[in-house]
Amino acid sequence: MHDHLHRAKSTKVSTHYLKSQNPPKKIRSWSTLIHLTRLEFKQHPVQGALSMILLVLVILSGLAFLNWGVFNAVFISDEAACQLARSTGACWGMIAEKYRLILWGRFPFEEQWRPLTSVVLILLTLSLSCVGTLWRPAYRQWLYLSWVWCAAIFEILMSGTFFGIDIGLGLAKVETDLWGGLPLTLLLSIVSIALATPLGILLALARTSDMPMIKTLAVTYIELVRGVPLISVLFMASFMFPLLMPGLQSPDVLLRVLAGITLFSAAYTAEVVRAGLLSVGAGQLEAAQSLGLGYWKTQRFVVLPQALAHVLPGLVNNFISIFKDTSLVTIVSLYELTGALGLALNGDAIWRPFKLEGYLFIGLIYFCFCFALSHLSQNFNKASQTTPKMSA
Amino acid sequence: MIEFKLINKWYGNYHALRDINLEVKEGERVIVCGPSGSGKSTLIRCINALEDFQSGTLRVNSVSLNEDLRSVQLVRQSVGMVFQQFNLFPHLTVLQNLTLAPIQVKKMSPENALFLAMAQLTRVRIEEHAHKFPAQLSGGQQQRVAIARTLCMEPKILLFDEPTSALDPEMIQEVLDVMIELATQGITMICVTHEMGFAKRVASRIVFMDQGQIMEEAQPEDFFNHPKHPRTQAFLAKLLDH
Repeated sequence: MHDHLHRAKSTKVSTHYLKSQNPPKKIRSWSTLIHLTRLEFKQHPVQGALSMILLVLVILSGLAFLNWGVFNAVFISDEAACQLARSTGACWGMIAEKYRLILWGRFPFEEQWRPLTSVVLILLTLSLSCVGTLWRPAYRQWLYLSWVWCAAIFEILMSGTFFGIDIGLGLAKVETDLWGGLPLTLLLSIVSIALATPLGILLALARTSDMPMIKTLAVTYIELVRGVPLISVLFMASFMFPLLMPGLQSPDVLLRVLAGITLFSAAYTAEVVRAGLLSVGAGQLEAAQSLGLGYWKTQRFVVLPQALAHVLPGLVNNFISIFKDTSLVTIVSLYELTGALGLALNGDAIWRPFKLEGYLFIGLIYFCFCFALSHLSQNFNKASQTTPKMSA
Repeated sequence: MIEFKLINKWYGNYHALRDINLEVKEGERVIVCGPSGSGKSTLIRCINALEDFQSGTLRVNSVSLNEDLRSVQLVRQSVGMVFQQFNLFPHLTVLQNLTLAPIQVKKMSPENALFLAMAQLTRVRIEEHAHKFPAQLSGGQQQRVAIARTLCMEPKILLFDEPTSALDPEMIQEVLDVMIELATQGITMICVTHEMGFAKRVASRIVFMDQGQIMEEAQPEDFFNHPKHPRTQAFLAKLLDH
């Protein structure tokens, strides 16, 4: 039992003979890929055959799609040619014909440079946010500021006023029920993601708190909201408010819908965050408490940074589903991207048969944004400075 | 400085602490030992209110620990704790671990906190790892960082909850060396440990616990050479038997 007192003396052992060796270099080339594939076939013939069949199917359908979408397709807005090519080739001319209605919805035709500029602005700010270095503490405030500016300019461009106040730019006033297409989709999803996240964090903290009142309230809220489909929340937000609060001037339908999506998504976000909170060990809390940190500071500096980093994939999943759920606002006559597509085609007997092309078009737009979102999340991950992997 | 009076604690029906009476004076170095499950950790965790108790009174630095959150905050600022599992914050660098509480709790300026942190890191001889993350350090280094972290709050009392039990044998000594140095600098220490060599060397008093009770309190000399209680004798016999 005294031996540890002598341990220190015996540690200075020469280690010069332990010359470290570099690991073998990884060679990545086509020949190794082929070699590995061959090996796989040899070792697992059934799986190999299955992958081969799948590969052939993918190639065949890819070729068929190329035929339909490129070689036999009509790229100009020519109704007769489209009719002729029907069922053999795509009619991308439909998009050339209708893209303004799909992208900008019912926004007054002559003023459509305004939603265009708004979207470009959002895209710029979004790509700025994709730059990893800008998330460093030194620059982070500028990024936040750029979002504030983006929001203000968006409001001015889209409505022509600044929250109802005429600021004398000579822009025609456009009511929010005429907003539509891509800018509406972006507005709904960005605002509800930005608001639902902090709200969800608060709900998760409430649900994991020791205080029975707060805990019960949070549990009730989350279970209640999760038990209801979004479409009915939107319906209620739009039509129930005047019934519940008679005599009160009900706010703009866009605001009500925004509140609806936010409150709805917050419940889902809360459960994702709660999983993160539970993944942070009790020892972390005890260490923070023993240093004298109070509840909020413990959460802010110790628990949440770790919890959110742990559940980042779940959070991004949640954001993506909020983004796509915004397509449900069509039910209350707000025509975002999906709704605007319906608006563009449903009433038009000539172009209606080419809805598939339209869905592919907006599908591509949705995909680009979701892809950007998941890229963005990786920067969040870097910014939160999680434990680096052991490099030794 | 610390005064337990008839403290009783239950976990459900399990009686974890029974009628604990214990006084620790300023500058004393008290080692708490005993078999596992005897309530040693529970006892010292009461001192900074990580555990509550059901009856009795506990005064720390002349503040009576009760349900008032303010008294708890007050006590925690003057009591530092080192844990068996280190409990460093893995998402922060060593320096950030050290400066968090001084900046957020003591409202120290970041420059001063940094200066203090470097001084404490030098004290535990680990200043060259200041910018690393905890996961990049060995267990012994992590525990020394944890000690430096508590020292940054300039506590009057230091609690050690089995600080070397989670370490590889070859790292125990570097942590004990730091603790011995602290002991010679006059800080009040209460330490739960199985390192009897260390106990012999630094303790001003040894407290032996079993089944939630304090069985024996003695000077190290008497404790090791003339243990009075049969349970103490059995415990020591087992420890010294290999």
